[in-house]
Amino acid sequence: MVNFREYKIGARFFGLALGGSMTITLFMPSFDLRNVNATEMALDKQLWAGHESGFSLADPFLRGDNRPVRVTLKVDPKTGQPMTNPVTAYVYPAGTPLPNGVDHPDNLGQIVEQLSQDKGRIGEASKAQGAVFVLNSEPQGDGTKQFYIENASATKGWTPDEVVKAAGDENTYHASYGKSIFVREGCWWCHTLLPEETQDWQVFGAPPMLGDFNGESPTAFGSDRKAPDILHVGSRNSSREWMMLHFFNPRLVQPHSIMPRFDYLWGPVDAKGQKINFDQWRAEYNEYVEGKRITAPEVPMYASNSDARALIDFVLSLK
Amino acid sequence: MFKYLFAKSEDIPQGAAAVYFGFSAIVWFVIGTGLGAFNASKLAFPDFVTGLEFVSFGHMRQVHVHAVIFGWISMAFAMAMMYMTPALGNTKLWSEKLGIWNAFLWNVGLSLGLTLLWSGMTSGREYSDFPWFIDLYIATFMTIPLGINVWMTIIHRKTQGIYTTNWFFGTAVFMVSIVFIVGNLPEFFHLTGLTEAYLTWWFAHNVLGLWITPVAAAIAYYTIPKVSGNPLYSHRIGHLHFWSVVVFYSTPAAHHLMSAPLPEWLKSFASVEGVLILVPAVAFVSNILLTMQGKWNMFVENLEIRFTVTGCLMAIPLNMQGGFQQTRAINWYIHGTGWIVAHAHLALLGFSTFLEAAAVYLGLQTLLKRKLYSLTLGNLHFWFLLIGFTTYWVSMTIAGLIQGAGKIYEVPYIDVVMAEHPYMIARWIGGSLVFTGNCFWLYNMWMTARAGTVIPEGRMAHELAYER
Repeated sequence: MVNFREYKIGARFFGLALGGSMTITLFMPSFDLRNVNATEMALDKQLWAGHESGFSLADPFLRGDNRPVRVTLKVDPKTGQPMTNPVTAYVYPAGTPLPNGVDHPDNLGQIVEQLSQDKGRIGEASKAQGAVFVLNSEPQGDGTKQFYIENASATKGWTPDEVVKAAGDENTYHASYGKSIFVREGCWWCHTLLPEETQDWQVFGAPPMLGDFNGESPTAFGSDRKAPDILHVGSRNSSREWMMLHFFNPRLVQPHSIMPRFDYLWGPVDAKGQKINFDQWRAEYNEYVEGKRITAPEVPMYASNSDARALIDFVLSLK
Repeated sequence: MFKYLFAKSEDIPQGAAAVYFGFSAIVWFVIGTGLGAFNASKLAFPDFVTGLEFVSFGHMRQVHVHAVIFGWISMAFAMAMMYMTPALGNTKLWSEKLGIWNAFLWNVGLSLGLTLLWSGMTSGREYSDFPWFIDLYIATFMTIPLGINVWMTIIHRKTQGIYTTNWFFGTAVFMVSIVFIVGNLPEFFHLTGLTEAYLTWWFAHNVLGLWITPVAAAIAYYTIPKVSGNPLYSHRIGHLHFWSVVVFYSTPAAHHLMSAPLPEWLKSFASVEGVLILVPAVAFVSNILLTMQGKWNMFVENLEIRFTVTGCLMAIPLNMQGGFQQTRAINWYIHGTGWIVAHAHLALLGFSTFLEAAAVYLGLQTLLKRKLYSLTLGNLHFWFLLIGFTTYWVSMTIAGLIQGAGKIYEVPYIDVVMAEHPYMIARWIGGSLVFTGNCFWLYNMWMTARAGTVIPEGRMAHELAYER
């Protein structure tokens, strides 16, 4: 009963139509997207953000498990001698999934892939032993610099443990962990990560370029902006204190903000290990709002392993 | 319903799967719009219920979106397919048992998926927020079994030709499974960067274009002729609608990322194809409205016709917006603003929901052989939905225009937030009206099943007078 002529012709035309549309919308763009060389921004971001910031088996509950850290090194981790210029290093402790560009170097684009392989020796990095990466650059004929990933564990013999130790906690940014908090807490439902190509760049910074995303996952552009774009927020506002007040209760620093309070990211205890009394804080804050107190209650300092710290590290990494 | 899960196939009454899907859809609609109204309240009053991770806006927004898309809209679609496909083929549903299991597993999977999303386990990809194993579950236990049932019913039909509604049903269940699998490739194979961003919107566009829009339209192709008694105005315009959906609606995915650094040719191509979406839109709306010739009294007198025609009328502004707002000339102004949120609700809460609500009203009365319990509650449902939606749409459109102006004139963002505040309150009121209307509906349908007047054999629901 199915086998009569109209439906055979129709089925073939349907296959042709849908196949054609898939060819144009999936197959053809893939050539363009695969030929893009990763820019400095993309390399930096994929190295600090790590393999995946959404759901993954390495961190199913988005709690910041198995994440790299970004550190600023002021002393050489091998010799302990001060460095002339501080170096940014990306530390992948043993067992941490490697960044996408190291796992799949062809995603870096042909030029970056070749430099990262030949000069950066990224092929020698292993997840089991962990690795430390840095960004390096090669001058080009036209006066520009071509950035690539260098596996400092291979080229300089740096191990994750000694780099973390040499940097110290105050120079360590848990930006990858923080990005998973950004994804988990749905910050991107309001704060986009995509300054638009029209007028946005004057307020929110330069709109990203074609090669600025290689290796990033998820890109979490956001589509429904109800708050400022924050792709470059770290360049506009680098105050840790402001961020801390703003996350605890945005109305402390911006009375008209509609952002939710993220005080729960502090966890149960503050930096000194003392229990935070949220009920008391809220009661005192309400008194302040009603005009019964002159000053708002003090925001507790977050613990160094709290979600709040990681989220602030992430936001400050958005340069 | 649970007793039929392990019953013998011949013991399961015809239409059981459709009834199961229908009531599930209404319950999800109540949950989904309740969450939406609650979320809106938090945008209007940010300190309302605060300090708890589980009721924070960022955890609940995506639960609202997925509850209405996969719970309400898609289960109402499945319900419509379970009773329209066999009716149009003059046959029985291929497998009632598969249908019952499909509805059961749909509810289980969706509850699980939404719980995970709520707890923060997300892929971080808009509209494909579910972690990849939930995506695989959705394809394996939700869309593919639905597709098998629809296809097998069409194959075993006792009519010679296939009616318009069934072309759309058969095609859409096929396309949605493809879209689901391809759109989630970034999660299955960890594709990153712009590829991930583009595929995210390729999925989001196509799940609307190749699933929600065509199936909603297909439902209207059934409801209007069935209830009005008029034959479809033109089979050929139906052809034009069908083929232009397949060709034009499957291609403009990139227009969702007009200001992202995608290849320019891709954005231009998507934009042109996006305007061509007006072809199926005009074909559909004209076909349905012309079918109503001579029966316009039913627009006032009959609830199903009123819902369907209102939905079709809302397709006009919907497609005018949809066709033009994605061109570069307009998109730079309204991209990423509340205008888009208003447009998305015009598509899902306006156009599509009104058509599905009619299908669920009609289907449940037909299958339960019971006349709608109360016309008054039905009218209240209609007007709460329409007034609530309109309040929402108007306020969000204005808020979007304010945001657009703020964007191009570089107003400090906090001033935009302050200017939007009254519209955020209006949005919450609109959402609350929709939620309230749906509560009436759930009660009304429940009472219809229990206490509606029995429809005599050989009669249709709309031939009987309302009693309350």
